[in-house]
Order: sequence, then C-alpha cells, then structure tokens
Amino acid sequence: MTTSALRTIAARGRAHRGRGMLRRTLLVLALPILLIGLWWFGSANSTNYLNPPLATIVSEFWPTWFGGDSLGQSRFVQDVIPSFLRIVAGYAIALVIGIAVGVLIGASKRLRSTLEPVIEFFRSIPPPVLVPIFMLFMGIGDGMKIAVIALGCVWPILLNTVEGVRGLDPVLRDTARSYRFTPVGTLRRLILPGASPHIVTGARQALSIGIILMVISEMFAAQDGLGFSIVQFQRSFAIPQMWGGVILLGVLGVAFALVFRVVSGAILKWYYGYLHTQRGGA
Amino acid sequence: MTLGLRARTGVSDTPGWVFGVAGLLVFAVILELVPRLGMVDARYLPPVSDMLGSLARIAAGGGFWVGLGETVLTWGIGLGIALIAGVGCGVLLGMVPWLREFTASTIEFLRPVPSVALIPVAVLLLGTGMMSTLLLVVYASFWQVLMQVMAGVQNLDPVAADTARSYRFRTVTRVRTLIWPTTLPFAMTGMRLAASVALILTVTGELLISGDGIGGALALARESGAVAPMYAYVIVAGVLGVLVNLLARLIEQRTLSWHPSIRSEVNA
Amino acid sequence: MSESSQSQPATLVVRGLGKTYSGRGEPVEAIQRLDFTVNAGELVCIVGPSGAGKTTLLRCLAGLLAPTVGDVTLSGTVITEPPAGLAVVLQEYGRSLFPWLTVAENIELPLQEKRVPAGRRKQLVQDAIEAVSLQGDEDKYPWQLSGGMQQRVAIARAVAYEPQVLLMDEPFAAVDAQTRFELEDLVRMLWERLGVTVVFVTHDIDEAIYLGQRVLVLSGRPTVLLEDVRVDLGVQRNQLNTRADAEFARLRTHVYELIQAAKRGARSVEEARLTH
Repeated sequence: MTTSALRTIAARGRAHRGRGMLRRTLLVLALPILLIGLWWFGSANSTNYLNPPLATIVSEFWPTWFGGDSLGQSRFVQDVIPSFLRIVAGYAIALVIGIAVGVLIGASKRLRSTLEPVIEFFRSIPPPVLVPIFMLFMGIGDGMKIAVIALGCVWPILLNTVEGVRGLDPVLRDTARSYRFTPVGTLRRLILPGASPHIVTGARQALSIGIILMVISEMFAAQDGLGFSIVQFQRSFAIPQMWGGVILLGVLGVAFALVFRVVSGAILKWYYGYLHTQRGGA
Repeated sequence: MTLGLRARTGVSDTPGWVFGVAGLLVFAVILELVPRLGMVDARYLPPVSDMLGSLARIAAGGGFWVGLGETVLTWGIGLGIALIAGVGCGVLLGMVPWLREFTASTIEFLRPVPSVALIPVAVLLLGTGMMSTLLLVVYASFWQVLMQVMAGVQNLDPVAADTARSYRFRTVTRVRTLIWPTTLPFAMTGMRLAASVALILTVTGELLISGDGIGGALALARESGAVAPMYAYVIVAGVLGVLVNLLARLIEQRTLSWHPSIRSEVNA
Repeated sequence: MSESSQSQPATLVVRGLGKTYSGRGEPVEAIQRLDFTVNAGELVCIVGPSGAGKTTLLRCLAGLLAPTVGDVTLSGTVITEPPAGLAVVLQEYGRSLFPWLTVAENIELPLQEKRVPAGRRKQLVQDAIEAVSLQGDEDKYPWQLSGGMQQRVAIARAVAYEPQVLLMDEPFAAVDAQTRFELEDLVRMLWERLGVTVVFVTHDIDEAIYLGQRVLVLSGRPTVLLEDVRVDLGVQRNQLNTRADAEFARLRTHVYELIQAAKRGARSVEEARLTH
C-alpha cells in the first residue's frame, strides 16, 4: 500500500470521527428541539387559556420568579430556596440515620430478624400519608416538612444499607480481622465502602421520594415553597405562571439527578470498573 | 473449652420469625404505653388499641371497602398501563439502536422530572377525578419499567443474538425466542419497583386531588379532626403496601425461578 | 527490604487442638486432635486429602476461628483472636483484596490500621511492591490484574505488614502452572530473606515438598496428624534441579502413598501400610 493511500485512509478516518461527533450532537439535540418546536408553534395561536402559548410561558417566567423589588423579594428566594433547603435538610438527615441504623442492623443477625417486620411495615407505608400525621405534631412549619422528607427517605437508604452490610464478602471481613482493623477502621475502610453500591442505590430511590414529599407537603399545607406557589398559581388560574412553576420543578428534579449522578459516579468509580471485569468485559 | 478461649455459642436454633413477631409485639406495646403514660399527647398519638378499635369500626362500614377498592383499582389500572407501555417502548428502544440514541437525551431529561409536578396540569386538563391520579401513577411507574426493560434487551447474550442472525430468524421469532426470555426477568424487576411507586402516587393523588379511596378518607379524617381514624387509615395504607410488596416479590420470584441468576436491579 | 526492620520470628505451638462444628443438625467433627510445633523461622507445609480440615486448621492458627478443644500459642501466648505480628494469605486471594482500593492502597491499608508513620509506610509499600515485582501496577485496581498478579498483591500486603508468622492457605490453587512455579520461588525467596515463620497449606504434594523444610501430612476427616515428614533438600532449591532430585522423588512417593491411604481412611502411619 502506498503512502498516499494510507494518508487518504487516515484522512477518511478523521472525517469519519468528525462526522461521528456531529451525528452524536444532532442525536442529542434533535428530539428535544423537535418537541419544544412542536409545543412552541403548536401553541403559538392558542386561545385556550389552559394551554397558553409557550412564548407566553417563557416571557412570564423571569418576571414571575426573579421579578420584584429586589432579588431578595423575588419568588425564587422566597419560595424556591426554602424548598431546596427543606429537601437538602430532610435528605441529609435520612442519609445519616439510614446509614447509621442500617450498619447496626446489618451487623447483627438477631437484630435484623427482630426488626425486619417492623421496618418492612414502615417502609411499605406510602410516605405521603405521613404528611397529615406529622401536621398533628408539628403544624405546617419547616420542621414538619423536613421530618416528613427525612422519614420518607430513610427506609430505602436503611434497607439497602442493611443489604449491603449483610452482603459484604466474608473473605474481606476475615482479612480485616486478621490484620486487626480497629472497629472504627473496620467501619470506615471495610463496611462503608463495601456497602456503598447498595447505599447509593437506596439513596437514589430516596431522592425521588424526597422530591415528591417536598412538593406534596408544600401543596398540602404551607405558606411558601415551590409546591405551594404552583398550587397557588393553579387555583388563581395564573396558567402561564403555573406552567413556569411546573417547568422549574422539572428542572430542579433533573438538576438533583445530575448532581447525584456526578457524586455517586465518583464514589462508585471502582465499582463500575469492577462490575465490568466481573462480567468478563476486560 | 480451655485456657480462656472465647466461648463460641452455637448458632441458636430459634427460628428468625420468632424474633420478628417479638419485635412487632414490643413495638406495639411501646406505641400503646407511650401515650398512656403521657409521654406523648394522646390527642396526637392515640394508643394502639384505640387505632385498632377505630380500624375495626371503620372496617365494619361498607364505605371503607369501597374506598379500598377504589385505591386498589386505580393502582392496578395505572400499573397495568405503565407495564404495557413500558415493556412495549422498552423492547422497541432496546432493539432499534438509532431510535434509542434519538430518544436518549429526552428520556434522561424527563425521567427525573418529579411526577407530582404534573398535579396542577392534570387537575386543569383532566379534572379532579380518577384520571388525574392515573396520569401521575402511569408517569411515575412507566420509567421504572422502561429503564429495566431497555437494560434487559441490551443485556442480550451476544452469542445468542449472532446465532439468531445467522439463522435469519424473523423479527417475530427473534422477539419471542430471544428477546422476551432475556427481558422478562428485567421486566419483572421493573414491575416490582413500579408497584410500590404506583401505590405511593395513587395515595398522593387521592390525598391531594380526588378525595377518593384510602388517601381521600385520610384527608377527610384529618379535616374532621378524627385522629384515631387517621392512624387507622395509615395502618391500612401500610398493610396495603406490605401486600403489594409481597405480591410483587412473589410474582418476580415465580418468573425468575427458571432463570440462572436472580437479578438485582440495574444501576440505571 | 531492610532485614533489621523485621521483628523476631516466633514459635507456633498447637496443643490438643480439635474442632467440631455444631450448627443446625448433626455436629461435624472436622479436626479430632492435632499436636505439633512450628519453630521460629521454619517453613512448614501442611498437606492432606481434600476435606481434611486444612482450612479449618489454618483459620484456628490465624485466630479467626476458636477451636473446640485445645489451643494454639504464638510465642507462648494463647491465640484467642488474630494476634499482632501474624499475616494470612487466604485461598480466595481475589476476594481478599479490597476492590475499591488500588494495589498500593491495599498494601498500605493494614499499615495504616497498625498506625505505622506515613513515611515508613510509603517505604514498606514500595519495598513490598518491588519484592513481588509489581512495579508499574501500583495504581491499578486489583480487578484489573490477572489471578497470579492478584496473588502477588495479597503476598505483598502480608510482607509489608512485617509479620513474625505468615500463614498461607492454598494460595496458588487457582493460578496456572507457570505462574505457580514463579510464586513458589517468590515464597522461598521472601522466607529466606525475611526469616519469618511460614505455615503453608496446600493440596499439592510437589508444592509442599518443594517449599517446605517439613511436611505435615493430615488424615481425612476427622483430622489427625499422619506423619511429620522431614524434607532434606537443602536451602538452595530451584524448580529444575530440586524437582529432578532422587530425594524429591522418594519424598513425593512417600507423601503420595500417605495421602492415598488417608483417602482410604487410614488414621496412622501403621495403618497406611506403605510399600517401602
């Protein structure tokens, strides 16, 4: 084969790679653009007040959430930030309690069989029914919402942690024992990392429950928050604003999922590689 | 046993469920005593005996069973629609690579959108009946099934796939003999995950939108300040949840019993 | 690796050791009675037919399992839990490495738990990696390595720990023959260099004779000691000449016959009725 022929092949390869990039970008963007375009033009001349033009929804978005005398007075700071803080607080509490109790229960067979039915019952209660119960004790303040989120999120985390601790390889346990790991060392360097794939699975399930509970508790009983705002818009028939709120809530969910994926990806980097080789990939 | 060796107690012969029953009993006794001893205000947390008494009175009336039926019906229909749609779309997307690539970004965006965001939209467009609740239920459980099924189809044994191609199986044959058996366990895992999600959204919809079913009864009890019945409905919801989980797990295991590996859910 | 850093090797004494598993159902007597001593700095191999309670014995030696009767002492102290200065290389080497840590981190972890200062830790890890020829693989994860390489990591981890006693449970059972020879020479080399007491459990007769100064031959379950065989093959051994040695062949036949007899249920040398 001549050098020029080789060069042509190389050039073709580069062009192919270039086209590959372009193709991928197109594939990622095509359907979203298509759908948004359909909505935009399909609703452009809509007179149905339930289905306002997307253009109106978009133009109302900024003044609705960021308008006001100052940023501090805007709905974003008054409603979205409190919602955000509630879910972060409730979720964090659930993580700490779920992992701590999960490790304890996972470590003891007897404790596990004693508590299993009670836990099984609690985790089966659809968490939204907790909202009215917690209102009895805590009124409709932040405490109630954080408690509801925490209690709803704790079960998947707890149960998956138990599963993870129970599933730890006994050979690893023996290794840690024979090298005389301290109890703290065993927890930090064996149990937590070993159970982390399960814990992350539980935490992922808990996150979607947490968002649901945040919204429900605010829709059910609140004076502020994203869920409260959306319901208020709906009841006052401020439809473009309501749509804006729904979109904002959607974006919030997507943002949480994205952050979660980045964090869990970093924690479980080893695990994905490990799985890959276990399946005979490498 | 000699020289200070730590006595290794033999594994106790007491079966696990004895401890489980004991755990439940202890828990019930605590819940009974805490309000009776005045540690928590009984107006907020009535003793367990009151809750169960209230439950018995409620269950004696016909309205309760109608409500329970409504909840189960909404749950079942929603889950059924999600299953059919999820399996259909999942197999299609799993089999057709360009379609999968085409929809990937949209799915990745729509999946984490919390279903409860749809509540106001559903109420405006579909009213406050069962349809709105169904929309929430289907939306939330659809993704669970879809993701599992897609993973299942893509998990196809490459050797088997090549064999099928070299024998020029027709598409229908490929689906029936190759894709469906591989996908079934995944679909069942998706079903199990979707079953509990569907119940959560059913109760949510009843609580916030329709006022039907168990969720609606709970909302009504709250508005009339009937605390013991509120707890009774929570217990009913919990028992319903336990039954849903047990049933889903039973079906999953039945379907998987022939399968070499009981799969854990995919980390999607 | 600096010889001076090595702590004094230690004597392992097994007295009247027996182990009966009493789970649900019938109790199973794995080890009936074992008495033997492994002197400081010795390399002793333990062989026996499969199911001879070899792993049970090793777990008792390691302090991972409490014997039902009798005891094990290390330098005069009764072992009730994994003692300091003892390292174990387990049969399931792949599973004994922490999959979330790199090779270097795996080797370093026991040292961190032992509170070895950071500078010294790095040195020990580096030395151990060189000793088992793993240079260049420090930052890989164990699951990225082949079985033989993984076993090297497990050995390096044990070596870096600076044990007085090194216990190895069929460490090479799952690696290919080529790698196995290399790893056997590695064990001999490390033992000579570090002067540790080594107990090496294997089901491979050739391996036991090639490695050991003594070979303890176990009976079938419930286990007793059939014979304590001296191996006079000198200190310098290599795969080619040692295995071709007439004495090697004699020992090999002897141990082979013992094991065959053990499989038939022989519980002493007399019962074994050897042909020579």
